[in-house]
Amino acid sequence: MVLTKEQQAILDGAEGEVKARVMETVVRYGELFGAQRLVPVTSKYNHLVTSFGLKMMTPVFDLMQQLIDAGAVSGQKFSVDPRPLDKNVPANFLQKLIFNKFMYSKQDSYEAQLKSLGLIDDNAFTCTCYMDEVGNKPQRGEVLSWAESSAVVYANSVLGARCNRNSGIIDIMGSIAGYVPEFGLLTDEGRKATWIVEIKTSKKPEAQLLGSAIGMKVMEEVPYIKGLDKWLGTELDDAACTYLKDFGAATASNGAVGLYHVENLTPDAKELGESLIKEGARVYVIDDAELKRVYDSYPVIWKNADATPKLCFMGCPHMSLEQLKSWTDRLDKALAETGNKKVVIPTVFTSSPAVIAEFEKTDFAAKLKNMGVIVSYICPLMYMNNPLCGKMPVITSSNKLRTYTTARYYTDDEILAQITGGNCK
Amino acid sequence: MKTFQGRVVAPGTVSAEALVSHGGLNTLASFQKALQFGDKNATCGDQNNPDLYGRQMAGKALCLPQTIGSTTGGLVIYCACAMGRQPACMLFSQPIDSLAGAGVILADVWLDGESTKMPVIDSLGEEFLSYVKEGMTVTVKDGGVVEVE
Repeated sequence: MVLTKEQQAILDGAEGEVKARVMETVVRYGELFGAQRLVPVTSKYNHLVTSFGLKMMTPVFDLMQQLIDAGAVSGQKFSVDPRPLDKNVPANFLQKLIFNKFMYSKQDSYEAQLKSLGLIDDNAFTCTCYMDEVGNKPQRGEVLSWAESSAVVYANSVLGARCNRNSGIIDIMGSIAGYVPEFGLLTDEGRKATWIVEIKTSKKPEAQLLGSAIGMKVMEEVPYIKGLDKWLGTELDDAACTYLKDFGAATASNGAVGLYHVENLTPDAKELGESLIKEGARVYVIDDAELKRVYDSYPVIWKNADATPKLCFMGCPHMSLEQLKSWTDRLDKALAETGNKKVVIPTVFTSSPAVIAEFEKTDFAAKLKNMGVIVSYICPLMYMNNPLCGKMPVITSSNKLRTYTTARYYTDDEILAQITGGNCK
Repeated sequence: MKTFQGRVVAPGTVSAEALVSHGGLNTLASFQKALQFGDKNATCGDQNNPDLYGRQMAGKALCLPQTIGSTTGGLVIYCACAMGRQPACMLFSQPIDSLAGAGVILADVWLDGESTKMPVIDSLGEEFLSYVKEGMTVTVKDGGVVEVE
């Protein structure tokens, strides 16, 4: 890798030993993947994936403290993934004990470290930092040093920014160095599609199911998706962005997709069209039968497959304002049909603190609360990330949550029926 | 005995018993329980990995194609090394992925002491993964040479 004089000086220790190690980390990371140079991080804000004070991460906290003590902090402020705890979310005595005393016992001290390192503010905890209400929304072409997989795939695909699928810690290293290695999704060549996906369904495909199918097929490669604009339109309005948020998170968690193109809709595809498709790209056709095959392939890993659900989580990634409003309307209508006044399964909708604040300014908020739904800023994945949840029948329409926990996936319509006491499965 | 040639990601030499994952290693799912609850053997907790679930990973020659799963994967590898619960070495048949690569580089740059070291070789080829079997002895030599017997 060829470094500039300034980069070489930092590597040689001109800004101290710790900053030199930061630069060494970034350079060696790039060399591993054939990067020829480092390019400046150009986004206004960074975003970190590590928001949780898990005891097992003590070595990471020690590393963060080294950075703080040496003054090796970034000029970029950052948002960070959601908090793992919220007292408003139902938890029994044993769960609370495990959460607070064993698992997340480092949460307070870690949040203090995040503030020292440049956290935007106390509310900057969300996986959907790119929402307008949150304000960490990169512009097209900007270079990022992010790691949260659902945010990376959204930034690359929907916003047209440029970011690799980095690991946690590498995100803050790039931001502190001010540079990231140029390889993969930062390059024009790396953003070309090696898969063509043809959507031939009879109705609008479920976002989470479609993303799962594509993720499992293409893994870390780039798909160019044809036929989805028929269902989403050709403008990135709130509904389309919400759909792509959930779709992308499923591609990134059920596979390892960092970028997708939707013909006539996402910015790179709108500008460059089929010139984004590499010669020899493979073709994957998705019809109703293929989506059913994928759905039926999900294992049920509850101890009792017929157990009555004890909790429903919606919002992994965090729900948009549009989603909170539309789900309020859907619940209202469905409950009227079933004759129930409140949801019959404890239900938590998760969203960013900033979106929740906007939602609470609307009439929808009181209506949703009256229907028994809890709105929380928590990370449902972190909530379920403990041995006790293995025994707990949790349902969700998030394919990311299904993938990383014992939560059971249902489509949006099935979730609606279950939580309103309709036609339960 | 068979010899394979790969690329050195993290240097070092070691000899250990092979543990083989034919599918991608989900780093978070595999290590989380062990690191969180003090299991020094680093027993694999990933129920979706039939090759490794319930097996001791610490001190073994972990042979795999790539890692998969959460982008916290790199920091999990870093934590495993810092806590001395890492495999004796990690041997990738494919080019290393960005998550594992990050974790290996982080550990090599930021951790000191013999107990944190973990030689890593990648690009050993598909034949390596089809040849090596659980329980075989794997020796990592200088220059990315891996002997299996």
